[in-house]
Amino acid sequence: MTCRDLIDFLSDYVDGTLSVDQSKGFAEHLAACRSCRDYLDSYRKTIALEKEAFLPADEPAADRVPADLIKAVLATRRKTPHN
Amino acid sequence: MNPSGPIPTTDLPAEKVLLRRLRAGEEAAFEEMVRTYGGRLLAVARRLLPNDADAQDAVQDGLISACNAIDTFAETSRLGTWLHAIVVRSSLMRLRSLRRRSAERSIEEMLPRFKEDGHRIDPGLAWSSPGESAAEQNETRALVRKCIDQLPENYRVVLMLRDIEGLDTAATAGVLGLNDNAVKTRLHRARQALRELMNPYFAGGAV
Repeated sequence: MTCRDLIDFLSDYVDGTLSVDQSKGFAEHLAACRSCRDYLDSYRKTIALEKEAFLPADEPAADRVPADLIKAVLATRRKTPHN
Repeated sequence: MNPSGPIPTTDLPAEKVLLRRLRAGEEAAFEEMVRTYGGRLLAVARRLLPNDADAQDAVQDGLISACNAIDTFAETSRLGTWLHAIVVRSSLMRLRSLRRRSAERSIEEMLPRFKEDGHRIDPGLAWSSPGESAAEQNETRALVRKCIDQLPENYRVVLMLRDIEGLDTAATAGVLGLNDNAVKTRLHRARQALRELMNPYFAGGAV
């Protein structure tokens, strides 16, 4: 397995969807290749940092709905014929 | 469960009562639905769309569709989950109708490059962990969001739906009209490209 082969399937490895044989090949390559260990670490950190960048604490609370949005939805609903 | 994905809901008995009132056409019930779920739905739309005005329009479109289609809600999921799916779709529709201001870079330019023997051309340094003070964390979040925004749109959307909204491969494929393999390929390429964009800031303790 080359570094390119490993990196091509890295998403499956991180998501735990590789076959047993593939996982074994991955483990063997990682044990021998410092560059790929570093890449795997940075790939995992990338995913973790993405999720941290959109934590709920950064976003408006459930009750902070702009008043004009509420008005617009209800006004449009009233105008639309419905049963 | 993705902490930023599912829409918090009222408890189930309260939700059932709200649904009954919505189906009866009670005006106050529709207002309650908008107030209860609107904030979180706006957060979802803001993640997918380039600015707040477009996000509000997408949520408005989505909630109006939901109001008009409330009788079709089969209760196979929670109300918040149903509304989340509707607003994801309305956000993606709005995104398709927008023209991006600047020309997008090709994803190929953003991927790691390899020599003929399969080794990376420029392996670089290992990443350090970002700083932990509140100011450093805020700076990191802003930087990561800026890098995500540089991804070509087709790849950014898959990354957002899978990694941030927490949709699984099949649900993402359904929303985007793709097959599962296309979603998996786009996700991996988006993650790789994002890693390359972030590398100058995190490699070797650069942050």
